[in-house]
Amino acid sequence: MRTTKQEELSEPLPPLEAQRSRRRHVLDLDDFTREEIELVFETADAMKEVFQREIKKVPTLRGKTLVTMFYEASTRTRISFEQAAKSLSADVINISASGSSTEKGESLIDTVRTIQALGADVIVMRHYHAGAPYLIAQHVDVTVINGGDGCHAHPTQGLLDLYTMREHLGTVEGAKVVIVGDILHSRVARSNIWGLTKMGVEVVLCAPPTLIPVGLGPPAFPLVTMEPSLDRAVEGADVVMPLRLQKERQQRGLLPSIREYIQFYQLDLRRLSMAKPNALVLHPGPMNEGVEITAEVAHGAQSVIEEQVTNGVAVRMAILYLLMGGAQ
Amino acid sequence: MPEKVILNEEDIRRALTRVAHEIVEKNHGCDGLVFIGMRTRGVPLAERLAAEIKGFEGVEVPIGALDINLYRDDVFSVDWQPPVRPTFMPTDIMGKSIILVDDVLYTGRSIRAAMDALIDFGRPRSIQLAVLVDRGHRELPIRADYVGKNMPTAFDEDVEVRLKETDGRDEVAIIRSD
Amino acid sequence: MAIPLLIVGGRIIDPSQGIDKVGDLLIAEGCIAWMGSNKAGELPPEQYQVIHAEGMIVCPGLVDLHCHLREPGFEEKETIATGTRAAARGGFTTVCCMANTNPPIDTRATVEFIQKKAAAEGVIRVLPIGCITKGRNGEEMVEMGELAEAGVVALSDDGNPVADARLMRYALEYSRSFDLVLIDHCEDVSLSQGGVMNEGWVSTRLGLRGIPAAAEEAMVARDIALADMTGGRVHIAHVSTAGSADLIRRAKDRGIPVTAEVTPHHLTMTEERVMGYGWDNEKPCSLPLLAYDTNAKVNPPLRTARDVEALIDALKEGVIDAIATDHAPHEDVEKMCEFDIAAFGISGLETALGSLLTLVHDGKVDLMTLISKLASEPAKIVRKSEIGTLRVGAAGDVAIFDSEAEWVVDPAAFASKGKNTPLGGCLLKGKVMATICQGEIVHKEDAVKLETISREAFRT
Repeated sequence: MRTTKQEELSEPLPPLEAQRSRRRHVLDLDDFTREEIELVFETADAMKEVFQREIKKVPTLRGKTLVTMFYEASTRTRISFEQAAKSLSADVINISASGSSTEKGESLIDTVRTIQALGADVIVMRHYHAGAPYLIAQHVDVTVINGGDGCHAHPTQGLLDLYTMREHLGTVEGAKVVIVGDILHSRVARSNIWGLTKMGVEVVLCAPPTLIPVGLGPPAFPLVTMEPSLDRAVEGADVVMPLRLQKERQQRGLLPSIREYIQFYQLDLRRLSMAKPNALVLHPGPMNEGVEITAEVAHGAQSVIEEQVTNGVAVRMAILYLLMGGAQ
Repeated sequence: MPEKVILNEEDIRRALTRVAHEIVEKNHGCDGLVFIGMRTRGVPLAERLAAEIKGFEGVEVPIGALDINLYRDDVFSVDWQPPVRPTFMPTDIMGKSIILVDDVLYTGRSIRAAMDALIDFGRPRSIQLAVLVDRGHRELPIRADYVGKNMPTAFDEDVEVRLKETDGRDEVAIIRSD
Repeated sequence: MAIPLLIVGGRIIDPSQGIDKVGDLLIAEGCIAWMGSNKAGELPPEQYQVIHAEGMIVCPGLVDLHCHLREPGFEEKETIATGTRAAARGGFTTVCCMANTNPPIDTRATVEFIQKKAAAEGVIRVLPIGCITKGRNGEEMVEMGELAEAGVVALSDDGNPVADARLMRYALEYSRSFDLVLIDHCEDVSLSQGGVMNEGWVSTRLGLRGIPAAAEEAMVARDIALADMTGGRVHIAHVSTAGSADLIRRAKDRGIPVTAEVTPHHLTMTEERVMGYGWDNEKPCSLPLLAYDTNAKVNPPLRTARDVEALIDALKEGVIDAIATDHAPHEDVEKMCEFDIAAFGISGLETALGSLLTLVHDGKVDLMTLISKLASEPAKIVRKSEIGTLRVGAAGDVAIFDSEAEWVVDPAAFASKGKNTPLGGCLLKGKVMATICQGEIVHKEDAVKLETISREAFRT
């Protein structure tokens, strides 16, 4: 855990280049530089301190309105953004797909234009179609944060995972992270791969070949390797991140059975013991305990799954603060 | 950009020694004193003032660090956001005499933000302000209780405080932009 | 009848006769009447309307084997009136319109409706393509004889592949009586289901469901086997993969009656288009805001650079016979939406020649080959000897284009109702300057001069 101590009072500032980064949207981690990721983390450190205060609120974004548009069920991401915005004194309006005009056949662009007209400054969008946040960022004049789009990206989750690893490992460069499970359908895995490899982390993807999409390794990502055997993949790992396995994958014929998946790909204590001592266990949630991860591992000493949730708010506060600067 | 050094290392040391004495004198000792340095350069200045007091009074005054960025009134008008650093309160500030320390007093807007931030941490007995340089041009009804050096400046001039801890050397310069 | 049209001074390229020379072309009474060199004596003594084509290329009016005019049923996307005007602007004088209208072209009545509409409102020749199965349901064969009599030039369930192999076998056998070619949209839907772009690195990058090359190749292989078995003529629509080209090459080597077409977009664009402009092919970089470009969503999808190279080679070798636009106009709302739910298709008639000429400028294909694939070869596939050629006596269908003229694609200026092109804003080199269909000027750029003079005046 990093906490502010008196000894650290006079730490040097982050490099000027990163300070000056001005971005409009957060759509994926592909356009973040390493310096910018560091800046988000430094800022998140400060935001975490706000949490420890008696009054857990600062007035920074007073008068700004954040709209969450969630076209897919989600509790943790939406609430995390909501809490982040409220801690910065922004107003929050939550819109979910049911009950909104989409049910009446209105196009996404028209819906978002309406929301813009109502005075939204930031839209956090979760959508089951990949690319939906790009579509609205192109057509409306509002800052857009991707809260997860289809199988494409979930940049704030990628950032908070990386932030959690950094808290425990100090520096992540050179670490070995194993992502195991349904990578084919995982936006979290994709955003993590961008973030991790930018920070110099070695990533091992582990899944049955039916759940691994083509082209995620070299040459596009020189630091990413595939290892179909989980026993071999976890050897010497600093972090193991199982992904949620949806039961419908079996129905679509990608897996013979959940039973066989558990047998070969479940993260249990035996497999975890083959990783480095004190290797971290992360999970983007929601978990299917007993499928991709056993309860002992999920709630064990090496699990930082709950910290991920706290860190998520700090990282999202940092993102909101950094995005809201600037005469538009 | 022609620049002129107004205070050198020795001048800064003497000014801080004087201010340290004034603080103790005005507060009748060190009871309940807390130094809160405003990031970035207010923090090493607060540390130096505390060290001075330790020297002649033998008392450790607690030091905190305050980041005002989340309380600024120009969050939406600057081109890029200054990095925020964690705020550190060494103690509960309820009932304490807070000495807010900053390098340059100019418009007074930073001090306004700092006072708002402090109040969020509790209700101090008083808040006093110590600055190394007061360059004038106030935009808010704010004044310093302790001033290292009053330095009348023009609008087109910049005052730069450099400290060993942050910049490698101690000096204060006026820079004229043209 | 209007006065004869004399096209003067152009570089005449007619692949059907192997002609590539500068000369003049006379069109009278709707037919090619004479071709010769400047001021030749055998011109009949009349008045002419003269088109000055100096510095331009004069070739047979282009023939599009595969386009969607959407009428009847989808007039909001395109009509015969707008679609034929778009075709004229693209240098086409004949288009074969696909059967996926509503109602589909599976009865004589619908064929006749299209023919009447085309005669009344169209500006160029429209040849309907009938369905293979009733209602394009893939269940029962259409009455091929009646459709052939009504004037369809081919049969296709385009958009829907004929999934049932036994039905396809019977259709191919039965079609032999009427010498109709069956155009198949080859796609094994069990492999492609839910896919919206090529399956590969880019689909992974974008998190979109892919359509693997094998989905096309599996059905191309089946159709070749059936054509071999039945002797019926099969024509593979919009070939998009290197593997399909390879299968067709081997089939042709064995003398199987198979022909194939490729679209301009599959010859000139790759799957990276879906990532939007500004994409650097060489290394992974951040997606631009314009990523998920629905205008690049088409079925079959844009494939890889390797596929494009293989398709160009196959075209040159004659493995692929023709270039067809697969012009698929859509309304804006069907493209201004999430990529997953956007309609498939590119509005291609007006950019076809301009984009294909990049292949000529890059030295990949010569002009003679390109024009043969756009005119004489498609005419052969639909057994129309009077079009796609400048032979004397053939239809007076001519396209005149300037291969060096540069222009910026402005979808808003399209004659087509479909503004859905991934080429909007792109600079193309090569522009259609005039189109003549059966002796009538159906499209002409202002830069092309037209004057009426007598033979005497012309000869001096």
